Amino acid sequence: MLKQLEGSRAVAEAVALARPEVICAYPISPQTHIVEALGEIVASGELAPCEFINVESEFAAMSVAIGASAAGARAYTATASQGLLYMAEALFNASGLGLPIVMTVANRAIGAPINIWNDHTDSMSQRDCGWIQLFAENNQEALDLHLQAFRLAEELSLPVMVCMDGFILTHAYERVDMPTQAQVDAYLPPFMPRQVLDPAEPVSIGAMVGPEAFTEVRYLAHVKQMQALELIPAWSSEFRKAFARDAGGLVRPYRLEGADTVVLALGSVLGTIKDTVDELRERGQRIGVLGVSCFRPWPHAAVREMLAGAKRVVVLEKSLAVGVGGIVSTNVRTALTGRAVPVYDVIAGLGGRPITKASLARVFADAAKGNLELTTFLDLDRPTVDKVLAREREMRRSGPIAETVLRLRQ
Amino acid sequence: MAFEPIKYYQTGTFTVGNRLLPPELRTVQADVRRTNSLNSGHRACQGCGEALGARYAIDAAMNATDKQLVAANATGCLEVFSTPYPETSWQIPWIHSLFGNTAAVATGIAAAMKAKGRRDVRVIAQGGDGGTTDIGFGCLSGMFERNDDVLYICYDNEAYMNTGVQRSSATPPAARTATTSTGNVFGQGKNVPAIAIAHGIAYVATATIAELHDLEAKVRRAMEFRGARYIHIFVSCPLGWGHASEASVHIARLAKETGIFPVYQAEHGEIVSVSKIRRRRPVEDYLKPQRRFAHLFSPKVNTEAIARIQAMADRNIRKYGLTED
Repeated sequence: MLKQLEGSRAVAEAVALARPEVICAYPISPQTHIVEALGEIVASGELAPCEFINVESEFAAMSVAIGASAAGARAYTATASQGLLYMAEALFNASGLGLPIVMTVANRAIGAPINIWNDHTDSMSQRDCGWIQLFAENNQEALDLHLQAFRLAEELSLPVMVCMDGFILTHAYERVDMPTQAQVDAYLPPFMPRQVLDPAEPVSIGAMVGPEAFTEVRYLAHVKQMQALELIPAWSSEFRKAFARDAGGLVRPYRLEGADTVVLALGSVLGTIKDTVDELRERGQRIGVLGVSCFRPWPHAAVREMLAGAKRVVVLEKSLAVGVGGIVSTNVRTALTGRAVPVYDVIAGLGGRPITKASLARVFADAAKGNLELTTFLDLDRPTVDKVLAREREMRRSGPIAETVLRLRQ
Repeated sequence: MAFEPIKYYQTGTFTVGNRLLPPELRTVQADVRRTNSLNSGHRACQGCGEALGARYAIDAAMNATDKQLVAANATGCLEVFSTPYPETSWQIPWIHSLFGNTAAVATGIAAAMKAKGRRDVRVIAQGGDGGTTDIGFGCLSGMFERNDDVLYICYDNEAYMNTGVQRSSATPPAARTATTSTGNVFGQGKNVPAIAIAHGIAYVATATIAELHDLEAKVRRAMEFRGARYIHIFVSCPLGWGHASEASVHIARLAKETGIFPVYQAEHGEIVSVSKIRRRRPVEDYLKPQRRFAHLFSPKVNTEAIARIQAMADRNIRKYGLTED
């Protein structure tokens, strides 16, 4: 059914259709509307049986989900930013134990300085925590990925994170096609856990493992993620059959035919990039786009294949590995091992800075001309940065960094 | 309180022999049908108070719940000594997640059971004092505040024993640990049973491994309630406290008899019963056999510190009414 909904509401309704039995809620912008909406749905009796638990922290949210999942319940929570970091220890635990929890991450910057707006630093910081990470381009895909996430998680006994851009998607009202309960029930079978806390068949879960078996346990986690690389495309096409639309998959090519320059990105910024690329194509530039929907596991082969014809790759990413540069670009370079193709990092949109078509067109043109540094910060206010650096050279007690930047800005 | 006051003592020890009691008053542990929930063969130290407390508590809980029990366990001695994979001592469904989240994991299990209509399955969370009073305290308070249907059991041996005896917020004043080499400071510490009572939860009790009938009765009583419940068990640690391994029960009894560790029950925020001190003893009797307090007696007696500890015990005795008079 077509509906005009806020992204958060759309996700909440989709999650409710997946019939989670335990939902843990803790507020953090820009995720809060999702659990608020789920709270309403549970209170209304539409989603039952379901325990909606207002926890005291994100660490508790993930821990309650761990307990619920280990007891055989379909468990869901949502978070963002600092909240994701606060549950970091439990994230590794959930994946290490092989518990198929599904969580929405409404992507947001990480402080300090505290910043509530969108970038991908939060989920990127947890890229190696053993969770599958799917990125949504728009609200329809966010909704759809949640349905796929439960299926994927439970098939592999691995937790799945569905990442959607905070505010840009969570707070945007868009038309979405909401599936019916019958459609979702047909697509998503009931949760059949591989391990469960059951008095009839007692097991010990989460005991200590020494050097004699730890490598094998970790390797199995890796194998499962490698299996996900097979399952995700298969299920994406199955999803298309069931719901008559595309969602998910590993990578999403756009106008790659004859493209010398390929722009690779994740999430909602793909919309702006595609618009920019359309205009550049009209002006005769040989440029295309590769959207990555699945960041973990990293689709080496699919990325390598899609970039086969590229003469250069621009990775536009909303996160920064301080002291390195890009995070996604590092993965892209690995996928292109052995090929002499320059991979440019463009760090953009940090802390919610708008990414405009004009800036993108400029940076893509520079890349095409070979005028781009390997790591570029889109729309960086270099004069202000220089002033701050000069001030730090001049005085020892130069003050709080963020305040200095704000004061010295023109 | 549904517990028979003990009348028959074995001379000198205050230990009640089960054989002197009518069958219905004997311990769960004395029954051949006990569940051995924490089975033999685990790797606890000789004389481990935590192993003794856990064995009695969990078997009593199994007995009270018709064996429909699930436990979440914090990281710590109890977790490590019971489950060196692939071996496990646990005969019940058991999960260890992290050090600081056990109460929340138990909340999740209870929520799952509720959603699945398994109201017969009861949930226990358990951990040491580090996992309870320090790193797990946020999750514990959250579980209390929401009144989740979980019995949390803290086995308090007053320091981080698993990592080699470091101070916790349950370490008593003057006690020497690996991180309080000259003795722990006075005026600090966290009284978690009192904090649990302040949450107004259905049931809070303290117990020691010296009175195992009492411990079993409290676990049984706790299982008569729904909602959040808390039992704080004083468990001696021969390794960390520096006493003979055969003295664990004796030391725990002295903690109670000196007034150092008050033993009581509270329901819905009010104390409803206290275990009286049978034969009051000065705190020196409790302190002297433990190497962690040796610096209070040698090379010279620290009368001031001992007086302060005695004053704390006296305050407990007044506050909780621990003597008959």
